Amino acid sequence: MDEHSLLASFESTIGRHERIEPRDWMPEGYRKTVVRQVAQHAHSEIIGMQPEGQWIGRAPSLRRKAILLAKVQDEAGHGLYLYSACETLGVSRAELTEMLIEGRQKYSSIFNYPALSYADVGTIGWLVDGAAICNQVPLCRTSYGPYGRSMIRICKEESFHQRQGFELLATMMRGTDEQRAMVQESVDRFWWPALMMFGPPDDDSPNTAQSMAWGIKRNTNDDLRQRMVDMTVPQAAVLGVTLPDPDLKWNEERQSYDFGAPDWDEFKAVISGNGPCNTQRIAHRRRAHEDGAWVREAALAFARRSNEESHE
Amino acid sequence: MSTPDPSHVPDHDSVYDGLLGGDDSHWAFGTDFEDPLAGVDTTVPDGVDHRDLATYCLMLGDDALVLSQRLSQWCSNAPDLEEDIALANIALDLLGQARLLLARAAAADPTVVPALPEGSPAPPEDALAFFRDDRDFRNVRLVESDNGDFAVTMARLLLFSTWRLALFQRLTDSRDHVLSAVAAKGVKEMTYHRDYAARWFLTLARGTEESRRRLVSGLSATWPLRAELFSAHDVEVRVARAGVGVDPSTVADEVDVLLEQVFASSGIDRPEVAPLAGVQRRTGRDGLHTEAFSLLLAELQVVARAHPMGTW
Repeated sequence: MDEHSLLASFESTIGRHERIEPRDWMPEGYRKTVVRQVAQHAHSEIIGMQPEGQWIGRAPSLRRKAILLAKVQDEAGHGLYLYSACETLGVSRAELTEMLIEGRQKYSSIFNYPALSYADVGTIGWLVDGAAICNQVPLCRTSYGPYGRSMIRICKEESFHQRQGFELLATMMRGTDEQRAMVQESVDRFWWPALMMFGPPDDDSPNTAQSMAWGIKRNTNDDLRQRMVDMTVPQAAVLGVTLPDPDLKWNEERQSYDFGAPDWDEFKAVISGNGPCNTQRIAHRRRAHEDGAWVREAALAFARRSNEESHE
Repeated sequence: MSTPDPSHVPDHDSVYDGLLGGDDSHWAFGTDFEDPLAGVDTTVPDGVDHRDLATYCLMLGDDALVLSQRLSQWCSNAPDLEEDIALANIALDLLGQARLLLARAAAADPTVVPALPEGSPAPPEDALAFFRDDRDFRNVRLVESDNGDFAVTMARLLLFSTWRLALFQRLTDSRDHVLSAVAAKGVKEMTYHRDYAARWFLTLARGTEESRRRLVSGLSATWPLRAELFSAHDVEVRVARAGVGVDPSTVADEVDVLLEQVFASSGIDRPEVAPLAGVQRRTGRDGLHTEAFSLLLAELQVVARAHPMGTW
């Protein structure tokens, strides 16, 4: 088949909302876009281990320590599936890790904000995992098969994490005045960065149109942001926290909440490398990767030797 | 801000279904603190000194708690994602053992639990983990020191899990039903821990020159703390005599045979390093610890101690 009919067949698969599988022909641009998006998602899971991971040692009860450790472990597991999904497109985990630590691939901007109190563990679960789920649920139907299937499993676990985050905050709100203040302060810090997780406004999002046409992305950034706000407001009321947006109000006509605009200048600073933690997060990942090099080499050398011996 | 009737909020095939209620079985670690020994007969068997039983449970529980705290420091720092996940698993298993053993200690003799301000909601396991000072911790010194590199961590885990598995195999016959049940559960977990450590021990020994050098040096750094594992404290002797505990000196030969097997297949010589002395003969089981330990406790306890009336 020539390229023309291959493309026609690819587009008809997309048109029928069926999956593209690793051995199927695909346009180079599609392959690159899927690699970029899946890698960025995988990196987000791995970098996302850091802000919460540094609180494992300080968790204030043994039950909370177990919950947090299991959650951060799940994030490593998500990174693992997603790197595997990416490997089906011919890019290895090692190459992807190199691209991350050299700054050639990105991860979610939210993890460039610091986690400063134990309440942040709850807020990250509630708002950050909540926003991630809003982004990810539609991706279970994404056109690239291995990505869509990983997302089904990941979404189940993410909604678990989100509930645990909410439950931590709800428990702290039943505690002391200091604990309630800690929760409110944390929500104040994370609300806007969580809304930024959906990316720039639609009129400033260069990749959205092509990704939607290819069925890689299913909703626009602003759509998803609106969903997040609509779902979160009633939960904030149940928790008894205030969302830090004076423009937030119910719009009877739209049957949705109106809300203010995030600080897009701050967003640009964070995605272009000047967020509070960008340097620290990459340095941490680089150190772990480099410190582990001798162990990975030993495992390879051992496997090679065992193979040779079994062939003798 | 006016709040709409929640039924009017648009349904976005909400992933939040059940967040505000729903099925408790969807929550890992439950929706609230639950007594880990709920429904278990915690009567102390006849002829057993309550204080001795509680102290013995603290010894075994503190070993697990402190090593779990150390191992969880690998989170986001391991040589590869698979190792990150495996080390978190082991840390979670040990944390689970610690929770049961600390709860058992508190049930056997409530006077071992530190007094908290009137009305503090901290359950006994948390009062024990977060509000005891270093001198009241009964763990062996082996579990306290910094992780070092991956080779040091594997050498320590091999010594620890081989020893603890041998203890727990005997402890399944304890006259104390709680201890025998904890041991039966732990045996399954620690069989995996020992296997994991032994496989890495062999891999590093027969991997590269560097991995072998690091392993030899890690093993000899760890070895001086080994003798303490087999030196019986008076409490251990008494609980063994009462049929509820195990005298650790009785597992020394068995552990030695197992270690010799690992050393032989790895081509590693047994280290010739003298045991670490105590302070006026006092060691970990007496509450006399290393300098590293108070730093570890500072991290473990900082949030809980700042909020003695906190609910988590």
